Amino acid sequence: MATIVVHVMPKPEILDPQGKAVGAALPRLGFDQFAGVRQGKRFELTVDGEVTDEVLAKAREAAETMLSNPVIEDVVSVAVEEN
Amino acid sequence: MTARIGVVTFPGTLDDRDAARAVRLAGAEPVSLFHAEPDLKDVDAIVLPGGFSYGDYLRAGAISRFSPITEKIVDAANGGMPVLGICNGFQVLTEVHLLPGSMIKNEHLHFICRDQTLRVENADTDWTREYEDGQDIIVPLKNQDGQYVADEHTLDELEAEGRVAFRYVGWNPNGSRRDIAGITNARGNVVGLMPHPEHAVERGFGPDSTEEGRAGTDGLTFFTSAISSLLANA
Repeated sequence: MATIVVHVMPKPEILDPQGKAVGAALPRLGFDQFAGVRQGKRFELTVDGEVTDEVLAKAREAAETMLSNPVIEDVVSVAVEEN
Repeated sequence: MTARIGVVTFPGTLDDRDAARAVRLAGAEPVSLFHAEPDLKDVDAIVLPGGFSYGDYLRAGAISRFSPITEKIVDAANGGMPVLGICNGFQVLTEVHLLPGSMIKNEHLHFICRDQTLRVENADTDWTREYEDGQDIIVPLKNQDGQYVADEHTLDELEAEGRVAFRYVGWNPNGSRRDIAGITNARGNVVGLMPHPEHAVERGFGPDSTEEGRAGTDGLTFFTSAISSLLANA
């Protein structure tokens, strides 16, 4: 069994209210080393058997058409993670 | 002829009953449409009501795009049928690309519920023709993911083509670009907005911020507009 990991992030030009809130809270707990936070999503698609080129292509297609909305988000990576 | 206006129920839709009531009070016959049945039941117009379809998992409105009925709605909308998306319904209309842009979490991150003043910026759509251009109306607003965003080019295009249908007045409640509360497609048959006209249709149950209290019925005009559009196009 293998896992395909998809990372989706808000587009750089789109404000990220969630990341901003997290970023504002960090210094309150003493984490004042960080200039900013952006929050994205990680999807783990598990595959029975081998991840062929075809399966990976389908994962990319799913990432572009359903897991992300191109108006507000970018697919940052689609990569196989061997178990 | 009594107009038949469909009201779609997805798993997690909350305001379908209120939308059906608004349709009835406006003088049309509400017809329940169900997400799993790809049958529009010969309706003349469609309302996508608010709520949290599919729990708003993935993104608000995202999974409704893949419901069996949605493809039929998109075809009907492209054929000119009046379609109104309210709140979550507006989010669905952007996810199926009937309307441009998208909604993200409110700038201040809070769920918000208030009586909201809107300016009607385009009284020439199927859902606004009985308003006056520039008229201010008050309808309830309630959402968490209500911040309308689109790239600058799209926003400029919407402004240039008069496709900003409603703008927030007095206060922008969620950080929406250019105070946009609702938009229309170029043809004027597909309209989406975040606030809830279906909650302002009957005296005694409308927005509180009126002289008599709860007397606001400004939202009813959406539904009477749709009926008169259908009669005009018949």
